[in-house]
Amino acid sequence: MPKTLAEKVYEAHVVRSTAGEPDLLYIDLHLVHEVTSPQAFDGLRAAGRTVRRPDLTMATEDHNVPTLDILSPIADPVSRAQIEALRRNAAEFGIRLAPMGDRDQGIVHVIGPQLGLTQPGMTIVCGDSHTSTHGAFGALAFGIGTSEVEHVLATQTLPQYKPRQMAVTVDGELPPGVSAKDIILAVIAQIGTNGAQGHVIEYRGSAIEALSMEARMTICNMSIEAGAKAGLIAPDRTTFDFLQGRPHAPQGADWDAAVEYWSTLRTDEGTVFDREVVLDATTLTPFVTWGTNPGQGLPIAGAVPDPADFADEGERRDVEQALAYMGLEPGTPLREIEVDTVFLGSCTNGRIEDLRVAAELLRGKRIDADTRMLVVPGSVGVKAQAEAEGLDRVFLDAGAEWRGAGCSMCLGMNPDQLKPGERSASTSNRNFQGRQGKGGRTHLVSPSVAAATALTGRLTAPADLENAGV
Amino acid sequence: MDAFTTHTGTAVPLRRSNVDTDQIIPAEYLKRITRTGFEDGLFIAWRTNEPDFVLNQPQYAAASILVAGPDFGTGSSREHANWALLDGGFRVVISSRFADIFRNNSTKAGLLTVVLPQEQVEALWAAVEADPATPVTVDLQAKQVTYGATTVPFEIDDYVRWRLLEGLDDVGLTERNLADVEAFEAGRPAWLPRALPVLEG
Repeated sequence: MPKTLAEKVYEAHVVRSTAGEPDLLYIDLHLVHEVTSPQAFDGLRAAGRTVRRPDLTMATEDHNVPTLDILSPIADPVSRAQIEALRRNAAEFGIRLAPMGDRDQGIVHVIGPQLGLTQPGMTIVCGDSHTSTHGAFGALAFGIGTSEVEHVLATQTLPQYKPRQMAVTVDGELPPGVSAKDIILAVIAQIGTNGAQGHVIEYRGSAIEALSMEARMTICNMSIEAGAKAGLIAPDRTTFDFLQGRPHAPQGADWDAAVEYWSTLRTDEGTVFDREVVLDATTLTPFVTWGTNPGQGLPIAGAVPDPADFADEGERRDVEQALAYMGLEPGTPLREIEVDTVFLGSCTNGRIEDLRVAAELLRGKRIDADTRMLVVPGSVGVKAQAEAEGLDRVFLDAGAEWRGAGCSMCLGMNPDQLKPGERSASTSNRNFQGRQGKGGRTHLVSPSVAAATALTGRLTAPADLENAGV
Repeated sequence: MDAFTTHTGTAVPLRRSNVDTDQIIPAEYLKRITRTGFEDGLFIAWRTNEPDFVLNQPQYAAASILVAGPDFGTGSSREHANWALLDGGFRVVISSRFADIFRNNSTKAGLLTVVLPQEQVEALWAAVEADPATPVTVDLQAKQVTYGATTVPFEIDDYVRWRLLEGLDDVGLTERNLADVEAFEAGRPAWLPRALPVLEG
């Protein structure tokens, strides 16, 4: 029977399968950060258990870390205590940790691929819903809660049921100025925030095949925003070229054996998915969100919707609540929405390619005088690469702030937060109420829309800049 | 985890859909390194900013069953959301659709999630809005929700139900099959990555 890529990876990791029970699935890589792990380590200690495979486990500090003065002790005592707990746990259980200041430190979903730890065909978990990012390599990667973190630490396995299979096919060439972020925001707007519930999404089609690894990671990253268990893309030459030579990639004869296996990781001809969604890349335009969930998005040429246009009572109530929170009037053109802050970063769009795209638009220009722009590289490695290319100077000369690596304003667990009522254009993944700071209002955008918006102070597509005379 | 067999309590109608994990408990409340005490962050923004928010209404203060709109628990993998609900006195959440990770975390934390069709959710909302003191019984053994003269059956995976009824710890169950794990590990390709530091030079 023909199989999907996700089914192949899943079945290759089944340790035990018994009728009436979930399968026991082996986990090849467990990534750990400070927020969702302390209670799991406490659980191990209380039961007298050890970490079964410290060599398949890696920890980093990302959610709480300040992006200024990173070599000083963290000022917030509660954040500091959480970081210190991770350091103690990593030392006690023998786990490699990339702490603040380490050259390998960064957002957990940026450093895995950067180090070559993320490879095709693997199972990867982390106590973080954006673990789906790693699916860009053809890995089956998904977020788990703290009880499951404890289970993986103790046994290197997880009880699982095989998810249903969904295909999102995107064919055609993307128009200029339209990016991976616009593809995934369009997908989520189409199927809804929980539309892929119970499914793994495989992204396929010529538009996906043409994307770089960074762009593929952006798409897979936001699979969770469509409610999917995971999202993945079949590995190909682009994947292998990205991996070759990275610190943890196989070498020599091992590399050849790995590539031979990875090349088999494709959905078989004739496979029928449980659900299929098709998008035409040629019709896509820059996408922005107007509401308080990632499915509430529109092409930037659109206007804020009117609750009265929604027939369903629940939907109408949702739109009313979203607009009240966002401080928006129905019918307002999206391009007229003014922002206070632009955030470029996160596990969605904090990689080198994202910084290059934004820097290119900002080169030799100044951002709007009333707008602040935070540029937060996804990892120390991304920061070093950007500085080697002179991108830090481009951002600083444009009037943006160049910060240290971490999750930062994506969720505001560190000091990088919006103030009540402030509005952002953000390259992150969630526009939930209060996500970037209490009372903060978030519009999700691509890196190029973020840069164009920083120049004008209102939501702007790169193509608008010429008309605006910027 | 505590076993769950049957629970009777009052219910609170949360007429909102897409209740995401950041509304259940915002990120700033996730810094605690203990497993309890998360009730202080439960729905904190709505409790603070909306005086007539349903959980601020005294007639629902003692409710232990949360009846929410569709797509409850979307967003983050934070099990703190499930802990916050438990710490806040809830034993059951009813919705027509849950986000997968939230629902899965609930089975680990001992919070029962019950999926009912949206029209049944609406009927329950109407009943507890008409009389907030209406006792609602959620019987996991019989797989049914009962209030007044109404009984509604629900479906739940047999294995999950058994684990909840027994209050079993997954790690302990998996450890019975460690021989299978060892056999699997023996067959893994040698080139698969290890997270140990790579020495350069």
